[in-house]
Amino acid sequence: MLDDFFTRALVAGIGLAVTTGPLGCLVVWRRMAYFGATMAHSALLGVALAFAVDINPMLGVFAVAATVSVALLVLQRSGVLSSDTLMGILAHAALALGLVAITAMSWLRVDLMGLLFGDILAVSVRDIGVLYGGGALVLGVLAWLWRSLLASTVSDELAQAEGLNPERARIAFMLLMAVVIAIAMKIVGILLITALLIIPAATARRLASGPEAMALMASGLGAGAVALGLSGSLAWDTPSGPSIVLAAFALFLLSLIPGRVRRPARSETPP
Amino acid sequence: MMRETPPGDGAATGAVLASARDLGIARNGRWLVQGIDLCVRRGEIVTLIGPNGSGKSTTAKAVIGLMKADAGSVWRTPGLRIGYVPQKLAMDRTLPLTVARLLTLTHRQPRAAVHAALEAVGIPHLANAQVHGLSGGEFQRALLARAMLRDPDLLVLDEPVQGVDVQGEAALYSLISQIRERTGCGILMISHDLHVVMAATDTVICLNGRVSCRGTPQAVISNPAYQRLFGRTGADMLAVYRHHEDGTAPCGHAGHDHQAEPDEAAPGSQAPTNRPAEARHAG
Repeated sequence: MLDDFFTRALVAGIGLAVTTGPLGCLVVWRRMAYFGATMAHSALLGVALAFAVDINPMLGVFAVAATVSVALLVLQRSGVLSSDTLMGILAHAALALGLVAITAMSWLRVDLMGLLFGDILAVSVRDIGVLYGGGALVLGVLAWLWRSLLASTVSDELAQAEGLNPERARIAFMLLMAVVIAIAMKIVGILLITALLIIPAATARRLASGPEAMALMASGLGAGAVALGLSGSLAWDTPSGPSIVLAAFALFLLSLIPGRVRRPARSETPP
Repeated sequence: MMRETPPGDGAATGAVLASARDLGIARNGRWLVQGIDLCVRRGEIVTLIGPNGSGKSTTAKAVIGLMKADAGSVWRTPGLRIGYVPQKLAMDRTLPLTVARLLTLTHRQPRAAVHAALEAVGIPHLANAQVHGLSGGEFQRALLARAMLRDPDLLVLDEPVQGVDVQGEAALYSLISQIRERTGCGILMISHDLHVVMAATDTVICLNGRVSCRGTPQAVISNPAYQRLFGRTGADMLAVYRHHEDGTAPCGHAGHDHQAEPDEAAPGSQAPTNRPAEARHAG
């Protein structure tokens, strides 16, 4: 039987997974998994700042994640250090700064574990409203910019030569990432957000033959992982965020089993 | 899809689609190319050839607005529709993509048009194949089908036969000629060697940071500047491929004379076609 808090957690988690599916596919295609992790690591700093200036933590997280991604772009353009080095520096500097800032504000009683690993069972109806609003916004913008995003994933120059706007798509993509990190923090926590982006997408890759199909499957697989993970969490009293990620990982492992994989073969031989 | 207008309509003397005058592009304080004049007309095939690093791709990118000119100027017909086959596509294997979906990557197209384009390049049976499984030749054909599917005014082909064996090269170039015949578009092509391109080009521009020579393929292979750049052997081989063509030089440039001349490309002199000008970001 479903307790009320459990239903809320399920509704919130599935809403998030449906949002992270298509966005996660873009992260995987663009090889930006580490970029997502960098933005997610900065979320703690966003929470600290939000408490300091007394605004909604989600706004703080969004603002800091967006700032970090802009900083990364600027540093990449200067071209002195490689992208992965820059991301390693920014991710951990932001995380360390966030931890220091949170503990420095000694008057605050912050549930650090909740921030790092999520607290989906404490989700309120209002949280669900924000999450679904944010998720609808993300999916709407993704649908609107899908062609540009996909084309520039294959080739920025191709997209630009043929009249699309890859630059605008790239900026929108980063802002969408910031939104998702802001709304996902409470569900799976800062350290596990990237997992919900990339694991369902990677699982869907084994099953899909087209980009749109892969995006939809990633949403479905993510939702399945949420349902499985939460059920497992309830049954065995395990922490909910990590349980969801483990369920996603289990689905990924299942997709690797040979024979269940639909190989994207050529349709037929030439005549 | 392909245009309905009669083939070869006004070839070589067609309206100027894009031109560059005294174009120079610098990166990190070094000129990649300098003093480039070129012009592509409707129905004309212009081929840039030159050794690696001679600025072929750079020049082509500047002409279609992917790179900003640091010197000189570039002009394009307003509303010019470009079909582009880039030299490299960094396609991650995690992106599942069928050939048919590749063809509609930048613009929505009717299914019948996709099929007709694949038919035209000879790979209709590969519509549902994954692009990652294609051979070099099949992939280049798919890219060509994709670029022509937009019914472009100007096709820009950066090394369109890379990864293709010799027989395949000839077939692809003949295909490119056919596209020009059928659609009347202008083609700006990049190649690192002249011998197979010859039959499929009107004007050759030899680049080596600057224009070393230009003209009809026949004029270029007998040009000392070309022979210096590519060596005698190459030039001798080329004799085999000579063909009959009344090569018209671009923008009034005759033979290998590459003096800058006033561009005839007066904006609006000849409207591209009857298409409505669409919003685009060419620059």
